[in-house]
Amino acid sequence: MSQIKSVLTEPLFSKNPIAVQILGICSALAVTTSLQVTLVMCLALTSVTAFSNVGIALIRNHIPNNIRIIVQMTIIASLVIVVDQLLKAFAYEISKQLSVFVGLIITNCIVMGRAEAFAMKNGPVLSFFDGIGNGLGYSVVLITVAVVRELFGAGKLMGVEILPLVTEGGWYQSNGLLLLPPSAFFIIGGFIWVLRTWKKDQVEKAEFKILPNTEHSGGH
Amino acid sequence: MEHYISLLVKAVFVENMALAFFLGMCTFLAISKKIQTSLGLGIAVVVVLAITVPVNNLIYTYLLKEGALTWISADLATVDLSFLGLLTYIGVIAAMVQILEMVLDKYVPSLYNALGVFLPLITVNCAILGASLFMVERDYDFTESTVYGVGAGIGWALAITALAGIREKLKYSDVPAGLEGLGITFMTVGLMSLGFMSFSGVSL
Repeated sequence: MSQIKSVLTEPLFSKNPIAVQILGICSALAVTTSLQVTLVMCLALTSVTAFSNVGIALIRNHIPNNIRIIVQMTIIASLVIVVDQLLKAFAYEISKQLSVFVGLIITNCIVMGRAEAFAMKNGPVLSFFDGIGNGLGYSVVLITVAVVRELFGAGKLMGVEILPLVTEGGWYQSNGLLLLPPSAFFIIGGFIWVLRTWKKDQVEKAEFKILPNTEHSGGH
Repeated sequence: MEHYISLLVKAVFVENMALAFFLGMCTFLAISKKIQTSLGLGIAVVVVLAITVPVNNLIYTYLLKEGALTWISADLATVDLSFLGLLTYIGVIAAMVQILEMVLDKYVPSLYNALGVFLPLITVNCAILGASLFMVERDYDFTESTVYGVGAGIGWALAITALAGIREKLKYSDVPAGLEGLGITFMTVGLMSLGFMSFSGVSL
């Protein structure tokens, strides 16, 4: 039980897939302009990670080592096709906005990374929760970024107006930069900064240290 | 001809894979500490993209697209296999990378050694799969997809080499402890991406 709890909660902050493991960054940047689209993406990714982990954990003892990548890819790709078709059937508008990024869940390193690092070594139940946990860790970062971008960029949340814009007779001057893709980098960079100030053990060592000024003692 | 040149320039600068669409970001951030290795990886990406995008284009046009199977028999005109796209493209990419690895090992060992571990890594680089998906979404024909593949690869290689150049200098600067490493890299890429946005008004 405690094991399940730890695989569920650890990826949230102390082993966050995006901020610490550098996995799954592409989609984190591209789909975060509106909160609604982001939520769908998080749900899709979490379910794919969880179920691919279960599938791979179930057959982990039968997969020959040298073709394991292809086997994992096949399982993941099949799950992504299911998600893609479901989205097209029930949420067509959102699936259009996500464009190629649903398909790109296949190559999302979180799914592959967890399959390789966790599901190949652990049982299906534990792997399922590891998938959920990592999906949630991914969601935490994405939702933070999406809330900042949509609220301050467009004055809305989930499409509902929160801060009335100047252009529509309100008082809020929107920050257009936040709607542009590069802003996601600054927000995630800031997120990492805050996270590492809170959890000091994640700070990377500098490769190169500037020596303090050597004091000049005496004249020539 | 003009059309293809503008497509190439657009793929390299305006629609840069890494800095405008954020594809291949994981490798982009993880393997950009040294110019040498980044350049090797960049070349590998160009080669793989130049092969896989046209191959996937052929598969899409002659096997998967709705009505694509009419060349076998007229009865198959209504068959639409495009839902199998994802599985096929990733299969093609994995196979191509594997074949390329074997061919290089046999005939061009110097390049094979230079690329080393990056070749197999490319299978999970989303820039490769992304380019194939964009090719389908935008309905490129065979020549267009070849040009697009090469352009997208060059754009990605350019971006990762530039970032590696910046990071090599950046390690001598005094960065706040929490931003050291990954954090400051994100900020740098953000600024680079802003720079590349200046191309976005260019219409060709």
